[in-house]
Amino acid sequence: MSRKFLSGNEAFAEGLRLARPEVISAYPITPQTIVVERLSEMVEDGSLKAEYVHVESEHSALSCAIGASAAGARAFTATSSQGLLYMAECLYYAAGGRFPIVMMNADRSTALPWNIYGDQRDSLSQLDSGWIQAYAENAQEALDFALMSYKIAEDKRVQTPYMANLDGFVLTHTYETVDIPTREQADKFLPPYETDNRIDFENPKNMAFSAGPDTNYIFKYKEHNGLLAAAEVVNEVEADFAKIFGRQYTGLTENYLTDDADYIIVTLGSIAGLCRETADKLRSQGVKAGVVRIRYVRPFPNREIADVLRNAKAYAVLEKDISFGNEGTVFTNVNSALKKAGVDVPGYNFIGGLGGRNISPADIENIYNDIANGTESINFIGIGGEDNGE
Amino acid sequence: MANKVADSISREEYFYGHKACAGCGGSLAVRAALKVLGQNAVSVLPAGCMSAVGFNFPQLCFSNNSIISTFAGTASMLTGVEAGLRAKGYKDFTAVGFAGDGGTADIGIQALSGAIDRNDNIIYICYDNEAYMNTGIQKSGLTPFGAKTTTTPAGANIHGNIRPKKNMFEIAAAHDIPYAATASVGYIYDFIQKVQKASQIKGTKYIHVIAPCPTGWGIAPDATVDIAKEVVDCGLWYLAEYENGTFKLNHKPKEFTDVSAYLKKQGRFKHLTDDDIQVITASRDKKWDFIGKNFEL
Repeated sequence: MSRKFLSGNEAFAEGLRLARPEVISAYPITPQTIVVERLSEMVEDGSLKAEYVHVESEHSALSCAIGASAAGARAFTATSSQGLLYMAECLYYAAGGRFPIVMMNADRSTALPWNIYGDQRDSLSQLDSGWIQAYAENAQEALDFALMSYKIAEDKRVQTPYMANLDGFVLTHTYETVDIPTREQADKFLPPYETDNRIDFENPKNMAFSAGPDTNYIFKYKEHNGLLAAAEVVNEVEADFAKIFGRQYTGLTENYLTDDADYIIVTLGSIAGLCRETADKLRSQGVKAGVVRIRYVRPFPNREIADVLRNAKAYAVLEKDISFGNEGTVFTNVNSALKKAGVDVPGYNFIGGLGGRNISPADIENIYNDIANGTESINFIGIGGEDNGE
Repeated sequence: MANKVADSISREEYFYGHKACAGCGGSLAVRAALKVLGQNAVSVLPAGCMSAVGFNFPQLCFSNNSIISTFAGTASMLTGVEAGLRAKGYKDFTAVGFAGDGGTADIGIQALSGAIDRNDNIIYICYDNEAYMNTGIQKSGLTPFGAKTTTTPAGANIHGNIRPKKNMFEIAAAHDIPYAATASVGYIYDFIQKVQKASQIKGTKYIHVIAPCPTGWGIAPDATVDIAKEVVDCGLWYLAEYENGTFKLNHKPKEFTDVSAYLKKQGRFKHLTDDDIQVITASRDKKWDFIGKNFEL
């Protein structure tokens, strides 16, 4: 193991070098570009043996990755924002074809108005596309996602593509000290990709076919079950990971001071750190504050969410997202989890950080205060005050 | 001639049991090309006629490895398949795409241009039936001037499609592609030879083959081959190649057959006036003037 001072993008690229993708299709978009730049350097210097394809669009980036995966190769691509939306057709295609491609998405706002900064509306708008969706909090987790992603996606029970999301700039461009596993450790953890879902010259296949009303539904049902199976596989893979690398992750969610918490913020991505700091501060003042960080939004941690919120007095869902005309999508998902489990705790949605706007420690503290006292169902952080932009 | 063709290609069938319309020119092009390329061809077909008729689970009609791509993604999936197979250590295979005119000249042109730019080692075959036939005969960028389609009606004000065909052959050539060719299923031996030649060349190969659609063109199912010959004989299409920076004409009719006769045989052109036919003839003559000056014979 070595230690390096890396940005989130660079850490992800380091993890990927260890995961040995065989085909990389690359198209630049801010703030993802550093990943494909580092990968091109690794291919150039021979430390990563991969076919590096300079595609001419994001649609082609994922279409190329699907073709490579159909050939039995481990495939990677990366995108962000408009690029993710441009390739949207291929997201569904990759998932329906059960091609375990890994893609890094630098979470970024979507136009209009144009904006290159981080929010999570791009990836959360694609929750229904059939991909596993992971959200990293820091550069170390980004690297570890890169390494674990293929093992989860390629598992025979799963066979589902994997999207690793890094908050644009806040995570992709922020530097931290990161532990980098050795090549030997990585190879011990992640074996080469083996699959029957591939071109076979001994027994030729017709792939990515049509299926009419009688059978289509069965393929979709199996696709759904594959994605659900990822929940258990995430836990198994993280247990293996801990044995080899000594870092233990916590499955679909990560809880902080939730055991006796009265007030809990449920969130995802890099903002979780600030939430934990604020919870510490409030704890020192006698407020029983806690934090749940959702690490995987697909498969959705229904049981974990219901269990952790069951005994709280109130919860907030803090997300950099809105489904226009309704509410934040994560809030919708959390509420559904509680309803299904018969948990009736007052919950509130806090939408913030759209287009990269800062969420301050005071904003987080206000969330805890607001849910303790009761507030509107849907709240927009920083809108309605002096700076509401009217 | 017939024997020469039959003897030149495999008796193996790689595309059969499909539900293409009687007289389908596209399925003829796919069938012939796969006979040339053989068992180790990996075919990529976008959403369109040939994928719609050939890939209906559980009735799957390719006996070589074949996969449907997204509509826009024929060339990009070919790139991925070729790179993936190479990464896995395979050497003896041919990645070949079969896309229609809309899939090539309209929605797929970006990915095709990218693949040619990268000089990926693939063969891209455009079977051109001159409209979106699979969706019910809508105009594409390769629908010829004057053709009636379901989105270019022939009425008193507008006589069908008002724009000429995009020149995909020269667009491909403008990338300085290693090999590009035009062909017609009416001259099947010429087409077969071009597929054979393409399979021996490294880099990107583009073959544009005219493949009549009886349903969309308004001709009898048994007229496909004849009309595909006639479009060449009357000079509205030509058989040519681009290689090493040079255009070459493969077949120069001694005398053109009657353009009007070619057009009037087809339901899609029935409405054309003498003036419309004059426009088409003038455009043919202009093209042949260009060919005469710029193509080797």
